[in-house]
Amino acid sequence: MAKAFTPGLKVTGRTTLRVRRLLPIAGDVLAKSGDHVNARDVVARTFMPGDVTPVNVAKKLAVPPAEVPELMLVKVGDQVAEGQVIARSRGIFGMFKTELQSPAHGSIEVISEVTGQLMVRGEPLPVQVEAYISGTVIEELPGEGVVVQNDVALVQGIFGIGGEAHGRIRMAVADPAEKLVADHMKDSMRGEIVVGGGRLTAPAIRRAREIGVAAVIGGGIDDQDLRDFLGYDLGVAITGSEKVGLTVIITEGFGDISMAERTFQLLRHHEGHEASVNGATQIRAGVMRPELIIPLASGSDAKEAPPTIAAGVLEIGTPVRIIRDPHFGLIGAVASLPEQPHVLGSGSKARVLEVKLDSGESVVVPRANVELIEGS
Amino acid sequence: MPAPNPDSIKVILATDCGSTTTKAILIEYLDGHYRQTYRGEAPTTVEEPFADVTMGVVNAVTEIGELAGRRLVDDRGQIIRPARTENGQPVGCDIYISTSSAGGGLQMMVAGVVKEMTAASAKRAALGAGAIVMDTIASNDKRRPHEQIQRIRELRPDMILLSGGTDGGNTTQVVQLAELIAPAKPRPRFGSDYNLPIIFAGNKDAAPAVRKALEGGFDLKVVENLRPVLERENLAPARDKIHDVFLEHVMAHAPGYDKLMAWTDAPIMPTPGAVGDILQTIARGQGINAVGVDIGGATTDVFSVFGGTFNRTVSANLGMSYSISNVCAEATMPMILRWVHLEMDERELRNRVKNKMIRPTTIPQSREALIFEQAVAREALRLAYLQHKEFATTLKGVQQQRTVGDTFTQATGGQTIVDNMALDLLVASGGVLSHAPRMHQTALMLVDAFEPEGFTTLAKDSIFMMPHLGVLASVQPKAAMEVFERDCLIYLGTSIAPKGLGKPGKPCFSYELKSSSGDRSGVVMFGDVQLIPLADGEKATMVVSPERGFDCGGGPGKRIERTVRGGTVGLILDGRGRPLLLPEDRQACRAAVEKWAQSVQVFGHG
Repeated sequence: MAKAFTPGLKVTGRTTLRVRRLLPIAGDVLAKSGDHVNARDVVARTFMPGDVTPVNVAKKLAVPPAEVPELMLVKVGDQVAEGQVIARSRGIFGMFKTELQSPAHGSIEVISEVTGQLMVRGEPLPVQVEAYISGTVIEELPGEGVVVQNDVALVQGIFGIGGEAHGRIRMAVADPAEKLVADHMKDSMRGEIVVGGGRLTAPAIRRAREIGVAAVIGGGIDDQDLRDFLGYDLGVAITGSEKVGLTVIITEGFGDISMAERTFQLLRHHEGHEASVNGATQIRAGVMRPELIIPLASGSDAKEAPPTIAAGVLEIGTPVRIIRDPHFGLIGAVASLPEQPHVLGSGSKARVLEVKLDSGESVVVPRANVELIEGS
Repeated sequence: MPAPNPDSIKVILATDCGSTTTKAILIEYLDGHYRQTYRGEAPTTVEEPFADVTMGVVNAVTEIGELAGRRLVDDRGQIIRPARTENGQPVGCDIYISTSSAGGGLQMMVAGVVKEMTAASAKRAALGAGAIVMDTIASNDKRRPHEQIQRIRELRPDMILLSGGTDGGNTTQVVQLAELIAPAKPRPRFGSDYNLPIIFAGNKDAAPAVRKALEGGFDLKVVENLRPVLERENLAPARDKIHDVFLEHVMAHAPGYDKLMAWTDAPIMPTPGAVGDILQTIARGQGINAVGVDIGGATTDVFSVFGGTFNRTVSANLGMSYSISNVCAEATMPMILRWVHLEMDERELRNRVKNKMIRPTTIPQSREALIFEQAVAREALRLAYLQHKEFATTLKGVQQQRTVGDTFTQATGGQTIVDNMALDLLVASGGVLSHAPRMHQTALMLVDAFEPEGFTTLAKDSIFMMPHLGVLASVQPKAAMEVFERDCLIYLGTSIAPKGLGKPGKPCFSYELKSSSGDRSGVVMFGDVQLIPLADGEKATMVVSPERGFDCGGGPGKRIERTVRGGTVGLILDGRGRPLLLPEDRQACRAAVEKWAQSVQVFGHG
């Protein structure tokens, strides 16, 4: 039985999603089990230890490190103010004493007799975690955060930049193949998640940033445009922490490529609805794909649909997309699965399949170069 | 797990879980010898929706089982052991072993007291262990302490290597570094469920104070000082500990890895570690200098043994799928395109590179795509070898002797111990080299990227078996050596390349070849490459007389006679000179690259 496994992405009109919202360090969980939360609600909060300012007391007072503890006027744990005298040397016969002032507000964390160094820990920095999606808190993780659950429509992209953002979905184009250009961007799109169809062009993304768009999502992007937008050439696909003013997600790949019809229609169906996005992508182990999440209203008429996890078994008739040149982006159905390896144009031998394209043409491609897509 | 009795091992199943592909081989004891009999491979399944590395293992093993007519996986998806016959059919294997490089790169921060000394040694240890060094913190790195703390806070390394001070020397500064790290409280990259590992490899007298400074919140591991005295490095303990921590923390985050660890009959070795072990065994056994390269999806590993000294570097972000985009960013597109004789659109190529990065398991279908991918491979290999040469100056395995006089000059790097003229054997492995449609392509990629000088035998790992054999050597060394000699290496031939530069069209060297299939002689012009067939297993005597200014190992202009080994490609007489310079003019460069490809029959005759 001919079969092949292909990696793929999830696109579904309805699924039950649970998101774990955790603090980086222990803190207070503000939401309770059963609470309904909105995406921007703060569900947990803590304080990160403040910045640290080291002071080399031994050097400043010109004494050996071992003597430092005796010269301190404050002890570990004491609060100090900037400019407060915190150490004083013995001087010569009680005269010519040198005083040392604290360089910052905060508390004394360490006084080392090995190095003669002390650390002043600044005011704590608040850190808070938002719910990210609206839904119900189904679990409290004491000291850590919560698990929020909701029925959602979910679109996983293939690549993104920028972190979490929220906004209403706004269709900017009429067709999944239509490029997103600067003229599509309107001032009224501020704070929204703008859906393009095919390639996201550089002027459109720049314009989106000027307007204050929360995120743009489209089928593809030119790498050259991405580089110009980021200001550097992205080497390793670990993204999400870029500070570029908006989140950008592509659903299909690099270059001129249309958004998958089903994805486009799903987004169109939810135009005007609030959604959450995250561009974070990590392609190595611990893979993370960018996502767009649309919480569904209770009683929503969205059909219970099995998630179209594009992975599984390749069979005759299975709809596939070709994911490598020379037919990159074309869609069709598996027409045959020859058992024997074929010699490719490159001269390599590989197991192949025949794809009948939507245009009616048939092409033979390596099995490694297709991915399964949704049936409709 | 109980150690299997080596003599009872007759059927061996081995897998290597790469970041892209999981490769399985079957070794059987047949007619008094161990032979590699079947192989299978499947995409590595660390990604969603599978997120379990063992699924790829089962797929690859199932493929072998079908080919071998031997059921290896039971209905519960477990590997069957021991080997036996059931209903007249062979079933199972005696041992199952595995290597793994899934889990992605290793990101480290290193710290040392003096930037040019202990911090540099720590960096070499980390790089030698295969890490990406995110930053090097040193007492004299010109940053103020609060800036250093801020930097440490921003980074999310997998682990930190802290060094500083010679044994018995001053403890203050290294403790000060620990005091900087402690309040910064860096969090590990993966999850928050474990404490950040810190390896301390500094002044042993400082260890108690360092331990005190890092109390709570860190997983401190103390190893021998990597710079016990100023003039000696001792990197091995730190590197070994880095590998342990990598397996324990980083690799264990590859989904399903815990299950895989429970399946194997010997500890899972990191792929480069296993390859290094087998290369050392060969070089020492034959008394030769050897370089091995394994170019994978995420990383390129270079191994060398010169004068009995082993070195290994792992270029963590030079690879052909996950890291392909980084190769292009580091090498730059013009450097890659110089190896391409076809006209290609840069905008289109950039998109292709990124598409390969986001869909790493695709393979080139057209000749054009293959040519481009092999061009990227040349640059990845070239950069990885440059990094290797740079670090093989001082990474001399366990210990390195220097004089105090050398100590202060090492910032610029000492003399590299990698000597291309002394190199006897260059072994290629990794998808783009092993799976090239023609071995001539593999041979030319090696020569272009490594620029071997003088006489160098070229070989490739037939089906990327070296990792499997490396780990097998730890369980059943006899089987590993037998399979290596009989089935692992495929000899491509010998590269003969004088060092020096000349004028195109002028003679570079003349040669006389005496072989059992006939004698021949000729002249190779500067800028030309010639291919002389010499069959695999055949040896011949080659006399090379270089022109003035060229050296083929006997000295400038000196005649040299050597026995050369044939192979599936033959003898590559390379008159392009060393260093290998390509014409700067794009058209001239295209013409030259096309001419070389034709001379070496890279795409077949005509």
